Amino acid sequence: MSAKPAIKVEKLVKRFGKTTVLEGIDLAVERGQVTCLIGPSGSGKSTLLRCIALLEEANEGFIEINGEPLGFASGPNGERVRLPSSETQKVRAHIGMVFQQFNLWPHMTALGNVTEALVTVRRMLRKDAEQRAMTQLSNVGLSDRAGHYPSELSGGQQQRVAIARALALDPDIMLFDEPTSSLDPELTGEVLAVMRDLAESGMTMLVVTHEIGFAASVGSKIVFLDQGKLIVEGKPEEVFGKPRHERIDQFLDTYLDRGAATLL
Amino acid sequence: MSWKLFWLLVEAARLTILLSVISVSIGFLLSSLVCAAVMSTHRSARIAGKLFVSFFRGTPLLVQLLLIYYLLPQIGLNVPSEVAAIVGMSLCTAAYQAEILRGGFSSVPRGLIEAANMCGFSKFAIFRRIRLPIAVQLTIPALISEAIMMLKSSSLVSVVGVVELSRMAQDLAASTYRPLELFAAAGLIYLIINLVVAGFGLQLEKRMQWGRT
Repeated sequence: MSAKPAIKVEKLVKRFGKTTVLEGIDLAVERGQVTCLIGPSGSGKSTLLRCIALLEEANEGFIEINGEPLGFASGPNGERVRLPSSETQKVRAHIGMVFQQFNLWPHMTALGNVTEALVTVRRMLRKDAEQRAMTQLSNVGLSDRAGHYPSELSGGQQQRVAIARALALDPDIMLFDEPTSSLDPELTGEVLAVMRDLAESGMTMLVVTHEIGFAASVGSKIVFLDQGKLIVEGKPEEVFGKPRHERIDQFLDTYLDRGAATLL
Repeated sequence: MSWKLFWLLVEAARLTILLSVISVSIGFLLSSLVCAAVMSTHRSARIAGKLFVSFFRGTPLLVQLLLIYYLLPQIGLNVPSEVAAIVGMSLCTAAYQAEILRGGFSSVPRGLIEAANMCGFSKFAIFRRIRLPIAVQLTIPALISEAIMMLKSSSLVSVVGVVELSRMAQDLAASTYRPLELFAAAGLIYLIINLVVAGFGLQLEKRMQWGRT
């Protein structure tokens, strides 16, 4: 079990109508590592993440979480066999997810957002759930905002509540789908700081991001996607260091204007 | 117009309020079921829901009330006319409220449901804890309008022999020969009730702002 990667993706194909978004992706995410998915818009990186979260169903290929098949298992002749949803839910419970748009529930306070699944799904007593939620909120530096509604919080605070909400369920894998893309630079910093702490605590993370600086400094592995294909993967210094892949060169050029390349 | 006549109207208005409150409440509970049916993934449930909505939106409440009034005894249910009135009004408003709710449900951002999915919510838990409260918040103004419409439509239940506000005004007008005063008074009472309902709606809207001020 311990030898199995936290996430294993095998020959994953995803089509939207006639467009093929993922053209046979193979990927392994090792336990305790931070893997950053980068690439231009439309490269399929978010779709890949959403397939791993089973928010989208892939058309071909397999996904394993901690060695257990997610959604579909491989049959005796290699065909895809749909697994019962109860089993899928069990496997999915290992995964926490953070979205670009935060997706906090607007009718619940910060504390309510973090407590909700503990009570509704995990059947914890509200008192115990709130205690656990408060711990999570203070871990992201927001214990003083527990009683605020999402609309009363800044984008950065909302995203930190969303991280606390996912962590409260004690996942072993965290997926981040462009967690800072709708934040201004100042607020981006506070969210990245929380993610950096989480990485240091040994959480397995798969992060879709445009923050090349974060990817280079925190990522254990960089995966570069373009037009639905995995172009390069490796340690940050291998991927970003020279000599580097021509396509990565082009991609990084677009960041030069923003000064991010100086971080490399 | 004497106070005595006015008090008779107020007494009748109490029945109007009672009928409306009960029907709109039952209708609301019913409407969430109808709405769930219409939005269901099961074809048969969808068809049943759509048939329900088409019938109760597509025929006059007056006809529905008379149908129910004469139908219930046929199937062995001898109920007072007030109950027949409540059944008719509840079913009718359920159809309208279901359509209002459907609009609200389709406006709930998909990401909120995806977040609940990732937290392991069952479909029912997502409905109860996420989609319903948000859909209700989005639809309060329309639901309050529907409640006001029902309050006014309750005047139709006089056809099955329930003496509510309009019918009382009519009866008193006939016996006192003072129709103008009595209908003006009845109109005023309807207006006051509906102002209260509208005020309550505004309060509800404010309470469900969830931090937005």
